[in-house]
Amino acid sequence: MSKKFTKDHEWISLDGDIATVGITAYAQEQLGDVVFVEVPEAGRQVSQGDDAAVVESVKAASEVYAPLSGEVVEGNGALEANPELVNQSPDEDGWFFKMTLSDAGQLDELMDEAAYQAFLKELG
Amino acid sequence: MEWTSLCFWSRALTQENLATEPVLQHTPLHSLHIEQGAKMVPFAGYDMPVQYGLGVLGEHLHTREKAGLFDVSHMGQARLMPVNPKDDAAALFEQLVPGGIQTLKHGHIRYSQLTNEQGGIRDDLMATRFGNELWLVVNAACKQDDFAHIAAKLEGQATLEVQDRALIALQGPQAVTVLARFIDGAADLRFMQAAWLSWQGADVLVSRCGYTGEDGFEISIANQQAEALAVALLAEAEVEAIGLGARDSLRLEAGLCLYGHDIDGSTTPAEADLLWSVPKRRREEANFPGAAIINQQISDGVGRRRVGIQPQGRAPAREGTEVQNSAGQPIGIITSGGFGPSLGAPIAMGYVAAQASQIGTEVQLIVRGKPMPAIVTALPFVPQRYAKG
Repeated sequence: MSKKFTKDHEWISLDGDIATVGITAYAQEQLGDVVFVEVPEAGRQVSQGDDAAVVESVKAASEVYAPLSGEVVEGNGALEANPELVNQSPDEDGWFFKMTLSDAGQLDELMDEAAYQAFLKELG
Repeated sequence: MEWTSLCFWSRALTQENLATEPVLQHTPLHSLHIEQGAKMVPFAGYDMPVQYGLGVLGEHLHTREKAGLFDVSHMGQARLMPVNPKDDAAALFEQLVPGGIQTLKHGHIRYSQLTNEQGGIRDDLMATRFGNELWLVVNAACKQDDFAHIAAKLEGQATLEVQDRALIALQGPQAVTVLARFIDGAADLRFMQAAWLSWQGADVLVSRCGYTGEDGFEISIANQQAEALAVALLAEAEVEAIGLGARDSLRLEAGLCLYGHDIDGSTTPAEADLLWSVPKRRREEANFPGAAIINQQISDGVGRRRVGIQPQGRAPAREGTEVQNSAGQPIGIITSGGFGPSLGAPIAMGYVAAQASQIGTEVQLIVRGKPMPAIVTALPFVPQRYAKG
């Protein structure tokens, strides 16, 4: 399936029952050089909007919210040793965590690629 | 992502802020920053570059390796002249600061602080002696207050002439090689010396100092010539434009205080570990604001002290992070914290209870509710490489 996006600059890619979550190219660009990432552990229950992960650049710390409700099945362990993956490959290798969804209907509230691009344009 | 926590970057992302912000001032290099692709942010009432294309990490490392150009024109510059030509502005200025100013030689620079009656720091500054006058450089956010304070306290004794000039810093191990190509005499200065020199017929005040821990210069130049000098320096292969983001990480690695964060009106030079800038003569004379309190702290010891703190994990501890002892009791707070690009590790400084301020003391930092091990560390984190001697 194609990616979905939140207004908080996260992307969600659904493969079967598993949603992969990352931050967008725009988000990593705004953050600058990422130097630390903390991802959630497998088994953690999250509700839409909860703090789920942490991403820090040289200057700033930022929370990554759970874009959907469900259970974390895997955090991207590679980001601990190589946080710069978030800058280098935000859409692929720099993913944050994978989760199952407790309410797949929440997906419909998210933006598709075209809507997200339009949203970015509005931000200027 | 919680964009509100992106302190430096927040303006570009929250449009509603734009409408409520006061009008920001521009330095003479403002249009050059835009041309260079800088990301601009509000800082101390100015629209300033936080980073350029290289990014904070790249700009930081470039400055440590080669040379970085910083626009610090937002800082305050002023000339202090005695009313009576037989007087010495440096001696008069000692009424307001604990530093040894009247002992300065012609063309030498000293770091000091304006103190309040409680011994707290109103601002920190650089003072350079030329004859019986002083040239002062103070922090941007404090400059109006500082200048009003100095003018009022020294009324009838000295005149303060605020300077509307640009200030360009060129910092890094190759700064001297680069500047020598443009300004005769710059390379003859040693660390903490200054001279009026000439660039293309313009009078420039060149000071061999800075705030990165590296060798380097600050060049005070007339507003209308500033962009031409910056463009000329940036055209040199060794030089890149550097924003406020890297300026902050460079000074933190160098163990230097950021006013309003690591020092303020409630911290004294004794607590801030700045007593190296308060010589014995001034302690004995005890004739500067807050002298009794500072002297008492010198003899009885301080309750808290500014120290370097090295987190043991990878997570940076930001300003405001609580410091606890190993028993879990609060003993202090982080006042500057982030990532040190030259070390490839998180670094911080802050205030801890005096009994926990020994280098090597194990402490805990409470980051997002979880205790993280850290160690009280000697400052600076990166050796300073000034051109002394």
